[in-house]
Amino acid sequence: MIAAKGTKSPLRFLSGPMPRYVLRRLSQAVLVMLLVVVGSFFLVKMAPGDLVDVLAGNSDMTADQMASLRVRYGLDQPVMVQLFIYMSRLVMLDFGYSPLNAAPVLDVIMGRWPVTAILVVSSVVISMAIGTVLGVVSARNAGNPVDLSISILMLVLYATPSFVIAICFILFFSVFLGAMPIAGFATVGTQATGLAYVWDVVQHLAMPVAALCTFYVAIYGRIGRASMLEVLKLDYVRTARAKGLPERRVVYVHALRNALLPLVTMAGLQVSALVGGAVLIETIFGLPGMGRTAFDAVFERDTNLLLGVLFISSLSVVVVNFVIDLLYMVLDPRVELA
Amino acid sequence: MTVGSQSLIVRLLRHPSGLVGLLLIALAVGMALGAGYFFPAGPWTMAGPPRLWPGQNAAFLLGTDSLGRDLAAGLFHGSRVSLAVGASAAVVSIVIGTVVGSLSGYYGGWLDDVLMRLTDAMQTIPSFLSAIAIVGIVGPSLPTIIFAIAIVSWPMIARLVRAEFLRLRTYDFVQSCRIIGMSDIRIIVTQILPNCLAPIIVASSVLVATAIIVEASLSFLGLGDPNAMSWGTILGNGRAALRTAWYMTAIPAAALVLTVLALNLVGDALNDVLNPRLKERS
Repeated sequence: MIAAKGTKSPLRFLSGPMPRYVLRRLSQAVLVMLLVVVGSFFLVKMAPGDLVDVLAGNSDMTADQMASLRVRYGLDQPVMVQLFIYMSRLVMLDFGYSPLNAAPVLDVIMGRWPVTAILVVSSVVISMAIGTVLGVVSARNAGNPVDLSISILMLVLYATPSFVIAICFILFFSVFLGAMPIAGFATVGTQATGLAYVWDVVQHLAMPVAALCTFYVAIYGRIGRASMLEVLKLDYVRTARAKGLPERRVVYVHALRNALLPLVTMAGLQVSALVGGAVLIETIFGLPGMGRTAFDAVFERDTNLLLGVLFISSLSVVVVNFVIDLLYMVLDPRVELA
Repeated sequence: MTVGSQSLIVRLLRHPSGLVGLLLIALAVGMALGAGYFFPAGPWTMAGPPRLWPGQNAAFLLGTDSLGRDLAAGLFHGSRVSLAVGASAAVVSIVIGTVVGSLSGYYGGWLDDVLMRLTDAMQTIPSFLSAIAIVGIVGPSLPTIIFAIAIVSWPMIARLVRAEFLRLRTYDFVQSCRIIGMSDIRIIVTQILPNCLAPIIVASSVLVATAIIVEASLSFLGLGDPNAMSWGTILGNGRAALRTAWYMTAIPAAALVLTVLALNLVGDALNDVLNPRLKERS
């Protein structure tokens, strides 16, 4: 695609200063992962006892056997050498073995990853859509009872933690109404295939996704309202009105496009928060995702698995943020590529 | 910025959401202070028959849990843990965030680059997951929980303080201090920092609210200090009986939500009172 001279093509990052921009973002991504790895390493060092103590706890090992195990796992090496060995293993995505699942950590995580991805992605999309609509409606009615009631709703949603919402949902929809499945990813032992299976999964995920959404509906609503009010005051919106465009078109086509930009920025932070929030939601709803895996790993003292989940989660968030940065550049021609 | 503490409170009380928020917070603090007086036996004592519904027995206004522990005693003593953890975690993260943000904003250059890349990185890592990893590996105790919450929440303060320092360091009064040979540390601590207090105070109420939620979430999962009963602990215990005795979860949940709501309301009010210029925008 060749852009006309002087205009800014949305795909301009494919040429020109793009490599520098990408390099900058990539180096930031590498730094995040480095921080996760070094942090995890020293966290394990801080904990009382080492890997061999944990192994020895389950059997009667002699001091000699423990010492030889320490040599085998490199625990007799200086800390910096251990850190280097640890890092070079992680680069190869070798997180070690998970005693809890009797399988390599990477295999366990790859099996659980899709559930969390479905949860997080649908929550981001749905909360952004609902929050934006509420924010726009609120902004257009600024000051009147509609705005006030939406604002109060936002305030309450903003103050209610996701796990409390989840419990309210279970209580209302599953216990009182008996309308929704209480736990699981799909009906146990279901024979359904195709659309019937999808519908079954949708029913199971409706409450978890809704519980993850509420807080961010409030955030997007608040940002959307403020950003919309700001944009509606700008000259170009007045111009659009002056040339006689219908109000609907002015608001939803002209103003909304610019008002959306701060919301896109928020999405990156939201993904990071939701991956953490998934621990609570997956635990409450018994979903076999990464969050639930982290929870089990903590209680079974499966440190390899716990740190593997932390690493892969952070890696996913880093990748998503990288994509969002590129997306932002496409959406907003004013973004500096420096 | 010569707002005296007394007049600040008066101005907050005149603000509708400030008034509601402060009253609710006063109630929660009152519960924490009065816990030992009203319920000297503590929250763990099996005080009566199990599974009493609220109002069923006048001696247990809020009912009892599955083990016959008084829910009202749990609520009062729990407010101590929830508020104490929330406040201490907020203080620790404000200290870390202020140090990082002021060094970054004041000196700029490579130090700013390094510290801000670090802050960005910390904000990208899923914070609740790191908190779980820290508490899970080091072991659940109140200091560990406070540390885990603080270590994931300082970046917000660091950004805020840095932005204020970037703005203020170009002002004439800072330049004058440099010219008369004042040391950097003294300029940072005695000249610029007092001028950053307003945004820090506004942010701190949200910070306490977030910390209370994170602590409740950890305790709900069973990762709280086993010797300290917080609202999250009661919520987690009540969950098992959700079908038959939902009041066991509803009561601590209400306390949690109202406290967080109150802190957010006070935050909004503080924002209006301390930054009058921004009032029309929000």
